[in-house]
Formats: sequence, structure tokens, C-alpha cells
Amino acid sequence: MWGRIRALIAKEFLAIWKDKRSRAVIIGPPLIQLLVFGYAATFDVNHVATAIYNEDAGAAARDLVARFEGSPSFETVARLTRDSQIAEVINPRRASLVVHIGQTFSRDLRARQPAKVQLIVDGRESNTALIILGYASRIVSRFNRDWTRDHGGAPPPASLVVRAWFNPNLESRWFIVPGIVALLTLVVTTVVTALSVAREREVGTFEQLLVTPLRPFEILVGKSVPALIIGLAEGTAIIAVGVLWFGVPLRGAVPLLYAGLFLYVLAVIVVGLMISSLARTQQQAILGAFLFVVPAVILSGFATPIANMPEFIQALTLINPMRYFLIIVRGTFLEDLPAMLVYRQLWPMVVIGLVTLTGAGWLFRHRLS
Amino acid sequence: MTDAAAPRPLAAPGTPRRRLLGLIRKESVQILRDPSSISIAFVLPIVLLLLFGYGVSLDAKHVPVALVIENPTTETASFAASIANSRYFAPVFMRGRQPAERALIAGEVDAVVVLRADFARRVHGAKGGAIQVIVNGTDANTARIIGGYVDGAWRKWIEQDALDHGLSLTAPVVVEQRVWFNPEVRSRNFLVPGLIAIIMTLIGTLLTALVVAREWERGTMEALMVTPVHIGEILLGKLIPYFVLGMGGMALSTAMAVWLFGVPFRGSLVVLVGISALFMLAGLGLGLLISTIARNQFVAGQVAIIVAFLPAFILSGFIFDIASMPPVVQAITHIIPARYFVSSLQTLFLAGTIWPIILVDAAALALMAAIFLGLTRRKTHKSLE
Repeated sequence: MWGRIRALIAKEFLAIWKDKRSRAVIIGPPLIQLLVFGYAATFDVNHVATAIYNEDAGAAARDLVARFEGSPSFETVARLTRDSQIAEVINPRRASLVVHIGQTFSRDLRARQPAKVQLIVDGRESNTALIILGYASRIVSRFNRDWTRDHGGAPPPASLVVRAWFNPNLESRWFIVPGIVALLTLVVTTVVTALSVAREREVGTFEQLLVTPLRPFEILVGKSVPALIIGLAEGTAIIAVGVLWFGVPLRGAVPLLYAGLFLYVLAVIVVGLMISSLARTQQQAILGAFLFVVPAVILSGFATPIANMPEFIQALTLINPMRYFLIIVRGTFLEDLPAMLVYRQLWPMVVIGLVTLTGAGWLFRHRLS
Repeated sequence: MTDAAAPRPLAAPGTPRRRLLGLIRKESVQILRDPSSISIAFVLPIVLLLLFGYGVSLDAKHVPVALVIENPTTETASFAASIANSRYFAPVFMRGRQPAERALIAGEVDAVVVLRADFARRVHGAKGGAIQVIVNGTDANTARIIGGYVDGAWRKWIEQDALDHGLSLTAPVVVEQRVWFNPEVRSRNFLVPGLIAIIMTLIGTLLTALVVAREWERGTMEALMVTPVHIGEILLGKLIPYFVLGMGGMALSTAMAVWLFGVPFRGSLVVLVGISALFMLAGLGLGLLISTIARNQFVAGQVAIIVAFLPAFILSGFIFDIASMPPVVQAITHIIPARYFVSSLQTLFLAGTIWPIILVDAAALALMAAIFLGLTRRKTHKSLE
């Protein structure tokens, strides 16, 4: 039996490897995606295009403007002199932020009246808008603190000291790159498995495979092992690039990470086999893979946190293997997640794999007979 | 001799219009017969819109926060109340630092706020009390948002505290925020319009690339080529049905965006249809070009995902801010059609018809459509020689 399976595995590898284009597709695209994602996928906001609209000639207003201009987060692109110009820079997206200091600013400050600074932000990109407001408010807070100190006011009753654990500089890349390990492993493994049976079916060699002494179970194993090896190799390569090229710290236990990766790839392979058993043509297989991959990525916490989703969608994420592996991979990369917490993510993937396997096995027997 | 018996010249059976109509009918029947095409054109947009509309949100709310008060007094109670009353937090009260830090590591809370034992003594003192906040920085974006929320709660507490102590001037400078076009800063208003670009990329580029590659793979494209139909007509026959399909997907998405998700639409519908048509042409051109070069479904599918779908997702400004990317990546975004379409969509939905943006985007899309379609025309011709 093992001899037969081994022969099938060798054949599967050859089928992928001999085709120059398939080979290129397994190696090239993931690498490109990794680099593009690693560099482009960032929620960090810097060099915000800022327009300054200062109607006040006082020194305090100049000081505040200088703080905005000196901050690396902001880049002054225009100076405005009229109200109507605000729309002229915000509407065509020349500036994302307008800092408006009114005529009475210095006078109000001296009179110990609340001096107003108006921040006008382009809300078309809501996340960027929120972050810009956060940065700008911090500059104003610091101005307040210094001004109070210099003018003999009472200091605030308590100050805030915020520290970020695991990612002290709050770099999005440290969050995104480990996520890419889960993402690309998912994409490549699903496509390879989903196509493996569909390709033979379309070309007509699947019937030939069926008349060999191979049993359906052996065919399943023979189709899974190459995908497992490819998935693990892909995952390893991305982990290596993440650590060596992007410099993301790998603080946790590597064996735990691999235990997670192994079960994750298995669970994904089983889903791929299920798609494969349903698809009659390669086109259907690719579309099927797509219909699985896109929701799986969106509902995994890859780009936006699961906690922000409505309750019923949060419940839906529980059947998504990527959700669990993401916790493991981010946990082992950044947090040195305790083993107990890793185990808590491992067993749901086992359950998902077993349930899907039962379904895939049933479909295979059902659709083949 | 009758006409029928004479050997007819191969060039023109039927008028060009009838030939084209025949081709369009053939393509349409093919689309209707294949369940996977229908699913990508109608089921996928609905699924994606529902997933994104409900599932993707950058607005953190009810953030679980561990509130550690080592020595409860009236001073700490007033600060705790300001955290508890914020709609952004779901506070969990804890007595010690250790259990709170363990909860942070376990992911049970996203932040820990610590008021040390000497807080009440130092507050209002010369140096003031210190409020320590530890956020889980793994998700940098959420960490930043939570930091902002804590900051807001803290500022509110200071104001309240000043009022309680009879001080009139709290902060010398107060910030007045105006978020234009999206005053509630709903991330849905920003994500759903961009999603239309993703859906049209799927139909225009991925589906077209797959279908036409299959024809090449099976040899039915060659079969079409040896008929007297012109290449231009074959390409048009392919273009028109998918164009209609894509515009249908756009109409469906727009309707769902406005009526289901309550995203405002402030621009002109005519302009939306016009710019969508340009984007659709560019996307179809790209899809045809990919399939003509790849001539293999597997490769065409992968290439379409890499050059069209992923860029539409990551490099278009749909979710990640282009201005914050490294300059090299920013330069690359200029050759991504989706970038121009997403920019127009966000503007048309939220801001209105702002011509300086629309015209630039439309010109770029028209140029790309011309390049892709022209290249396809040349490639298809050459390969038959």
C-alpha cells in the first residue's frame, strides 16, 4: 500500500514540477506577494499632507504651527489665507488635514479663555482620518503642557504614560508580515490541492487513476502529501524572509509554531480536496478555491480585528482555520505565547480538519461512483 | 446557375453586424450555461459585499480593558468612571498587576490601565499622578486607536476634575474636530465604495482571463479564428457580454451600498456609470491580454490574481493609505487601474462630483484601456500568422 502511495506522490510532484508554468506559479507569485504586502500593506500614517491656515499673527500661534511643521508625521503642502481655500485643498485631496488657527487665538490664550484650533480632516479614508486626529491632538496636548508650565498654570492632576508591549514602535509591518505566513500558505495550498483532482478530471486521466489498484483513501493521501510538503516549504520560506529581510522578531518557540503550521496546512488541504471533489473543471476549481480563500482571509483577523465584527459574524469565524493559526503565528512571532494558549488554538483546527475530511471522503466516494 | 451553387468568397457570410450579434449570443449562452461564471458575476459580489459590509471594520468598540486600581480612593473612582462611561471600553476591574498582565498576554484584554497605590497621594501634587497604560502592540493599528481612546477619556477626566475643583481654565488650547464627508468616521463608508472596484476586477479581469484562456487551452479559439469572422469581431464578441456582466455587478453593488449599508452617494450617477465603464474596459483589456499570453487556465488565473486582484486590494487605496507607502511602491500604484477607480468611487460616494479628481482618473483609465485593448489586438493577430 505504501509503495503505491509513494508512487502516486512522486507522480503528483512530477506533474507540478514538470510543467514549467505551474512551477513558476508556485515560486514566483508568493515571493512577489510577500514583498508587495510587506511594503505596501501598512496602517501606519506618515507625511500627512497638511495645509496651515493661520489667521493669527501672535507668537503662540507661530509656535503651534512650528510644532506641526517640525513633526515627521506632517508635511506642509499649502498655506491658506481664506476660508474658501479649505475646500480647494481638501476636495481634490491635495491635503488631508487643515490646521485652522483663528484670529483670536493669541488673544484668547492671554485672556485665559479657551483658544480654539480647528482641525479639518478628509474623512474619505476613515482610518487615516482617525490616526491623523490622534497625532494632531497629541501635538496640541504637548503645546498645552508646555504653555501651562511656562505661564505658571497648575499642571494636570495626572499624566498618561502609554507603553505598547510586544511592538513598542507600533509598526504595522510586525503585524502584517506574520499574517502573510498564514495568508500565502492558505492560498498556495488551497490552489494546489483544489486543482490536483480537477486537472485530472478535465484531462480525463482521473478515470485511469480509478482503474489502478489504488483505493480512494490512497488517492486522497497521495494527493495530500505533495500539497503538505509544498505548504510547509512555502510557510518556512515566508517565515525566513519575515525574520531575515523584514526583521520581524521571532520570540516564541519554533516547534510550537510548526505544530500550528502543520495542523493548519492539513486543515486547508482537506478543504482543498473538498473543493476538488466538487469541481468538474479547473476553472471551477480555481473559482471554488477563490470562494473559500477570500471569506477565509476577511474573517480571520488578517487585516481587521475579529473583535470589531458583529456577533453573528464573530461566531462564523470559529469555523475558519486561519483564525486560529493567525493567533499562533502572531503570538509566536511577537509575544512568545505560552504553550497552553497555543494548544487552545490547535485543537479547533484538528476538529475542523476531521469534520471536513469526513465530508470530503463522503463526497469523493459519492461523486466517483 | 443560382447563387447558392456558386463558390462564395470566404470573406463575408452575413453582414458584420449579424456576425457580431451571433458571437455575442454565443458568448452570452456560454456564460449562462456555466454555473461558475454566474456565481462569480452575481453570487460573489453579494457575498463579498455582505462580508465586507458587516465583517470588515476598523472601528474598535467595547475594547476589553483591565483596570487595575491598587488602592481605591475617591480620586481613582473618578478616573475609573471616565473609563467605564466611555462607550469604547468594556472594563474589567482587577486588583493586581500580575493577573492583568497575564490577561493581556492571553489576549483576554487589549489594554491594561494601572493606577498605582500612590496615585491618590500624588494626584494634584507637584509632579502629578501617573496613569500607566499598557496596550498590546501586536495589532499596531488597533493599539493606536485604543491609545487615542484612553487619551480622550483622560482628557475628559481632567476637564471634569478641573470643574470639580472650581478651576475655569482646563486646557489653554482646545481642539475642534471636523471630519469632512464622513463625520462619524464610519469605516464602512470608506470601505464599501472601494469594494466595487474589487468586484469589477474579479468580473472584468479574473473571469475573462479564465474563460478566454480555456478557449485557447481547448482549441476552440483557433476554431473561431479559422472562421471568416474578423479578429476584431471575435474580441468585441468577448468584450460586450462581460462588459454587460461587469456593469450589472456594479449596479448591484451600488444599490447594496446605498440601500443596505446606508453609504451616502453624493456624486452624479452618470459620472459613476461613465467612470465604471472606463474601468471595465481597462479591466477587460487586461483580462484578455493575460489570457492571450498565458493560454492556460491555471497560469491565467494566477497571473490575474497577482497583477489585477491583489493590486486592486492592496495598492489601490481601497484599505491601505497610498500616501503612507514607500515611494517605490507609491510609484507602482500609478500603473494599477484600480487605484484611479477607487479614488473616484470614494469621492463620488462621499464627497460628490469633484471634477479635478474625476477627470484625472478618467484620463488615466481611458489611456490604460486603450493600451491593454490595443496590445491584445496586436498579440492576437500576430499569433495567427
